[in-house]
Amino acid sequence: MFDKYLIDAASLRNTGPADAPTGFAFEAKLGYYRGLGLSMIEKLDIAIDGEALAREAVRFDETCGAGELPPLTLDEMETAYDRRWPFGAPATILVDYPGGFPKGEHALSLREQLRVSYLPFPSINSDEKTVRLD
Amino acid sequence: MSKIRRGVSLYSFQEEMFLGQMSVEDCVAFGASIGAPGVEILPEQNMPTFPNITDAQVGEWQDMLARHGAHFTCYDMFLDTKLRKGELMSDEEQVASIQRDLALCNRLGIQNMRVLIFVRPDILEKCVPFAEKMDVHMGVEVHAPWHLEHAWILRTIEVADRLGTRHLGVLPDMGIFMKHYPPEFRARFERQGARPEVAQFIVDQHEQKIMCEYTIYEVAVKMGGNKAEIAMAETLRHAPYANPKRLKDFAPYFRHIQAKFYGMTQDCEDPTIAYDEVIPELVKCGWEGTLSSEYEGNRWIQDVMEVDSREQVRRQHEMFKTLIAKAEAGLETV
Repeated sequence: MFDKYLIDAASLRNTGPADAPTGFAFEAKLGYYRGLGLSMIEKLDIAIDGEALAREAVRFDETCGAGELPPLTLDEMETAYDRRWPFGAPATILVDYPGGFPKGEHALSLREQLRVSYLPFPSINSDEKTVRLD
Repeated sequence: MSKIRRGVSLYSFQEEMFLGQMSVEDCVAFGASIGAPGVEILPEQNMPTFPNITDAQVGEWQDMLARHGAHFTCYDMFLDTKLRKGELMSDEEQVASIQRDLALCNRLGIQNMRVLIFVRPDILEKCVPFAEKMDVHMGVEVHAPWHLEHAWILRTIEVADRLGTRHLGVLPDMGIFMKHYPPEFRARFERQGARPEVAQFIVDQHEQKIMCEYTIYEVAVKMGGNKAEIAMAETLRHAPYANPKRLKDFAPYFRHIQAKFYGMTQDCEDPTIAYDEVIPELVKCGWEGTLSSEYEGNRWIQDVMEVDSREQVRRQHEMFKTLIAKAEAGLETV
């Protein structure tokens, strides 16, 4: 319902030392008309130019770097029963990617798979943005 | 004074709120400005700290509503039975979660709670004593493709009758009265590649109320439908036109209505939902409650145009004013 708004393309930046980035990060929103507990966010699949990155490379921080709570891996999110991703609120998605985001123009995609209790199937929400980080 | 009151669900403004273009106060102020001061809230959407809501926050909401001459009408609950991977919540946990919502509903001074349709009637039965204590009516959302006389809904009615409680019933979503196929759906599927003649076939089939599986098979197999065409045909599974004349039989069981719509014409008419049949029925049976706008057209048009939820809601309320006045005038002349 909000697919095209999920990735905040302007927020993309490298992480780690400026001369030797260890990954990248960007802000994203939850593709749902309400907030959801983190344990029900089953997957945050990230791909660059259609090439899927490993689940283990992704971490999530609903405080957007405020440092109140530690970023979680997707496996850790499965049991984060007391944390939520509120409606319409950006959260930081951190990706381990040695060397940082590849230079030049690329397609960055995000696919959120949610476990919504009243739906018989998972809720899938996808966005892809053409981004450039030089 | 009309027995039918008008209000808005904050769900209607999800596009603008998601994008940070409207605050909840903007939505409340807008509703009040068009004579729809009843506010339906989704705490899990509109209260970022949910489920932890302090008394100070409750006070802030009450003050905000008062500033605009508005009031709460309904609380939309959710139930995360799949909170944990691989196992459903126990019955006791489900009851506890619903009781948590009933208590918050009571603290907010709200007497109607929209219960998701998938919640089991036997779980709700266990919640009735607490709902009575909190003085909150639990209304099971009658949402398409279910309808008022669906056997699943009748189970809730049976529980309410058996217990003789006024705190359990239903809460109809007007999407069950989809008389005509939504033009917003059709246009979106055509943009996604549905051929106009196939789209027209699907619309015609819906118009004739042909059972959806015939149409889906025709489109998918006989017409060799593409992805968009098959997806469009499959929407028919969720596009029922229930009989508005049955509303009166269920009127004792509901006190709030989710006035679903997908788009209004510039002339303030709904091309899809049969409000021109629904509202006379509600007036005729003396139903008392709130018609609460639930605009859901944003997701069908956002790919090609700016969504203007305010204008859509305004038009719906123009229609409501006209239809209510006409139906009430009709009563007086009888």
